[in-house]
Amino acid sequence: MNVPVPTRHDEAWRYSDIAAVETAWPLPAPESIVVPAGGNFARTIVQDAGSIHQLEIAIGKAATAAVHILNIGGDFGRVELNVTLHDGADFKLGAVQIGGGEQTLEIVTTVTHAEPNATSSQIVRSVLADTATGTYLGKVAVARDAQLTDSEQSVKAILLDRSATANAKPELEIYADDVKCAHGCAIGELDPMGLFYLQARGLSPADAKKLMLQAFVAGVFEGAADEEMLTEAALKKLGDLV
Amino acid sequence: MLQITNLHANVGDKPILKGLTLSLNSGEIHAIMGPNGAGKSTLGYVLSGRPGYEVTEGSVTFNGQDLLALEPHERAAAGLFLGFQYPVEIPGVSNVQFLREALNAQRKYRGEAALSGAEFLKVAREQAGALSMDMDMLKRPVNVGFSGGEKKRNEMVQMGIINPALAILDETDSGLDIDALRIVGDGINRIMRKPDKAVLLITHYQRLLDYVKPDFVHVLADGRITRSGGPELALELERDGYKELAA
Repeated sequence: MNVPVPTRHDEAWRYSDIAAVETAWPLPAPESIVVPAGGNFARTIVQDAGSIHQLEIAIGKAATAAVHILNIGGDFGRVELNVTLHDGADFKLGAVQIGGGEQTLEIVTTVTHAEPNATSSQIVRSVLADTATGTYLGKVAVARDAQLTDSEQSVKAILLDRSATANAKPELEIYADDVKCAHGCAIGELDPMGLFYLQARGLSPADAKKLMLQAFVAGVFEGAADEEMLTEAALKKLGDLV
Repeated sequence: MLQITNLHANVGDKPILKGLTLSLNSGEIHAIMGPNGAGKSTLGYVLSGRPGYEVTEGSVTFNGQDLLALEPHERAAAGLFLGFQYPVEIPGVSNVQFLREALNAQRKYRGEAALSGAEFLKVAREQAGALSMDMDMLKRPVNVGFSGGEKKRNEMVQMGIINPALAILDETDSGLDIDALRIVGDGINRIMRKPDKAVLLITHYQRLLDYVKPDFVHVLADGRITRSGGPELALELERDGYKELAA
């Protein structure tokens, strides 16, 4: 079947680099992962070459899945997750995207609580410089019978230059009545008074920024098997930007 | 050590300092007192290089160097320390990590070897202990959740660790209770009362000067030093108020 190339009218591709998408089209079928009941799944994705990753994860009864993403490389990098949670399942996402130059970086998630008692938590931090664009589109859908769903989204972005762009769209679609769905979203700049305070103690402007950005992304990779590698790669990319 | 000559500075378009001249020698403690809005804090920010504080005229030399030509971090490495009136909260950045990086950045700038983690912790422990501050607080994010008094004490711990040649302390006494005032005063004397160091104390009140005896007291009013004298001037100000003397 031939799927047409998406356009800006497609909500999920609205902020994409359509020219880059065209060259990658048609995409291969998404990678499909089934976590059996009671199972544990973990995956680390480092997008450093300008590519599109699509992942479908079905998490079985009382099973867990944790995905950690570092989205930093290429002109256009996109990671798409389509997650379905069954009874009592747990999903965790920790994602950092760091872009400079003219990069376009995206994380797009659809998390469906299909059955009751499942929990999901998504943390996304973006740091953007120059004319880079960073986008997070995150939909959480709670099915009619999925009572006692507990879902959380924390989305924050820091713009290092006024010319950079951050898009953040947490979206909730809830059909059950006894659920907890929290979402928070903030886009800002580094606190100039904080930067001056650090410099007045001896840190160069670049080191002061790096220290504050390091704090901004700290904790996102907590618990990942590759925590050290991810943190180091993130810091290296931050060092390139400041 | 510090020579300020005919300093004029604007914040935005507004002139705040209007021809301030002041000279500090090694071994001296100077107090600057003055009414609200006289330009006391502006002087501290101009000397430490805060963005947005623009010098329009005059000069400042610090140990023979043109201070105004240096970036804030270069001024710190040259030995200047600003104790903030409102120490800034920086979520996520631990005090210990920040101070070690800051100290080592200064040492590197001066061509000195970096302190190892163990060496640094030893210094940090000594300074925190001397100021009755719990080491656990030093491991917490910079000033986050600290009370006003704890923030000021943390400034003094930082000053002890960094060990500067010149400290400009902007209302370090505000927000302190009697006990904390004594601890902070003792800290200033212990760290800075030395023949090769100098202190510029910016304050509203006489009470800090009971603990840290100044050699000179100056009145700053409307962007200029309008009167200078010995410690007795502070007592006179306390008695008569600024209005009489500033005129």
